[in-house]
Amino acid sequence: MRFKGCKNSCEGYCTGRFARFFLFTRPHESAILQMQTYVRIMKIKAGGNVARTILHCDLNSFYASVECLYHPELRGKPVAVGGDVEARHGIILTKNQLAKKMGVKTGEAIWQAQQKCPGLICLPPDYKKYLRFSRLARNIYADFSDRIESFGIDECWIDVTDSVAALGDGVQIADTIRQRLRDELGITGSVGVSFNKIFAKLGSDYKKPDATTSITRENFRELVWPLPVEELLYVGRSTKIKLNNRAIFTIGDLARRDVHRLKLALGVWGETLHNFANGLDAAPVAMVGEEGFVKSVGNSTTTPRDLVNDEDVKLIVFVLAESVAARLRRHGLKYWTVAIHVRNNALYSFERQGKLAGPSFLARDIAGRAMELFRQNYAWERPIRSLGVRGADLMSEDGSFQLDLFDADSSEQETLERTVDALRARFGPYCVQRCALLLDGKLTGFNPKDENVIHPVSFFR
Amino acid sequence: MGKTFVKVTAEHDTDGKTKPLALVWINGERYEIDKVTDARLAPALKAGGLGMRYTVRVQGKEVYLFEDEGRWFVEG
Repeated sequence: MRFKGCKNSCEGYCTGRFARFFLFTRPHESAILQMQTYVRIMKIKAGGNVARTILHCDLNSFYASVECLYHPELRGKPVAVGGDVEARHGIILTKNQLAKKMGVKTGEAIWQAQQKCPGLICLPPDYKKYLRFSRLARNIYADFSDRIESFGIDECWIDVTDSVAALGDGVQIADTIRQRLRDELGITGSVGVSFNKIFAKLGSDYKKPDATTSITRENFRELVWPLPVEELLYVGRSTKIKLNNRAIFTIGDLARRDVHRLKLALGVWGETLHNFANGLDAAPVAMVGEEGFVKSVGNSTTTPRDLVNDEDVKLIVFVLAESVAARLRRHGLKYWTVAIHVRNNALYSFERQGKLAGPSFLARDIAGRAMELFRQNYAWERPIRSLGVRGADLMSEDGSFQLDLFDADSSEQETLERTVDALRARFGPYCVQRCALLLDGKLTGFNPKDENVIHPVSFFR
Repeated sequence: MGKTFVKVTAEHDTDGKTKPLALVWINGERYEIDKVTDARLAPALKAGGLGMRYTVRVQGKEVYLFEDEGRWFVEG
């Protein structure tokens, strides 16, 4: 039967009993995904045979390997790729094996790394080159499956379940992929082979560089369970603290813990993590070309100098809001919710969000709400190092919604901002600017819309 | 010697395949390519870079000729 309540015009997609089951709360794309996941979990819990073979391929010290390939004279020396020190983006992005041995860590400041490792060669990043290699690596994976899902620029899940009969088992395919990465691209990769995405990812981290690790239903208790709990995907800093407080230190501790207690402690995440630890993750690997459902659009920046007052913050918020709004307009979306992300110079960060009276794609509204949120939540204990603005709760711009009886008509402003978009497309991003942005050209002289490369990273789509 | 960029005369057929026919060395001298024995995507480990690697025979000698995003070079 056709589900009538679906707001999306989904031409017969939302049929069957699962549609009724899920659609009251979720849009139909995720309902379908939820349904697939639900069915798989039910099958696995019932002991059914749904043996999947999933590979997770992680290119080792990706940026540094690519740079070393282009600079043969640097091979055998400690090399790192780092951001621009002048613009205060001076942290290590990737390091090669030699630098790793000297204790250089991703994310630390370049000067710290150079103290640990004198003679460290630090190169600026060249994302165009890395995207090319990422694409070529995906081309290699595409010879083995049509289910390839990127996780950042250098990692991919590949579901080879349907290729096993023709091309050999998971480990053989993994070894072939590694061989081809070496021969055709001159870089190495670690591959994890397993029956779900979470363990495949653990496998690729298990042994580096250039290695295959197989985690099966038989050996996962010996291989995975002794690992510290923070190795598990989605156990971050704060979840780790919560778990450690409850005497959960290894993945095994987590797997053996009663799921109801975990739920009490962590909410719905407790059950999810418990499933992960027991190998019950059933999330499918996305098909090639299957695009994720956009949930929010945002931009953030680390500013060239610390921000010290509301005026500075306003300037940056305007730059970010204009980029976010322009991107939303390009995709034909409007947002209901605005979120801000603030990090002070002690690297403490927080995020706050707030709803709007009605959906909008105007920079004016994003910036206004973002400043409101900021003023309510920040007392200037310390100067600010980085800021982010995000529009969430998206809906299609021609979708219907409840109008406010007394609200001023914003169609004039919409036309104005669209006109500015058109002008910028023709004459460059700086041809029309807000007057306020000219106050401090050094602070606001960046273009988040075109300069930033976005690497999609999301496990739950 | 490392990496030497060269001018190349090539034939592009209707299937999109590229076949280098001759190369012009930096001293301006033109060398005909007698035979292309292999073409594959490969890294230039000695010279640095990545691209289509043509294994070509020039005056009886085997040479690797690379095409990296439109620029041709010889690895030596």
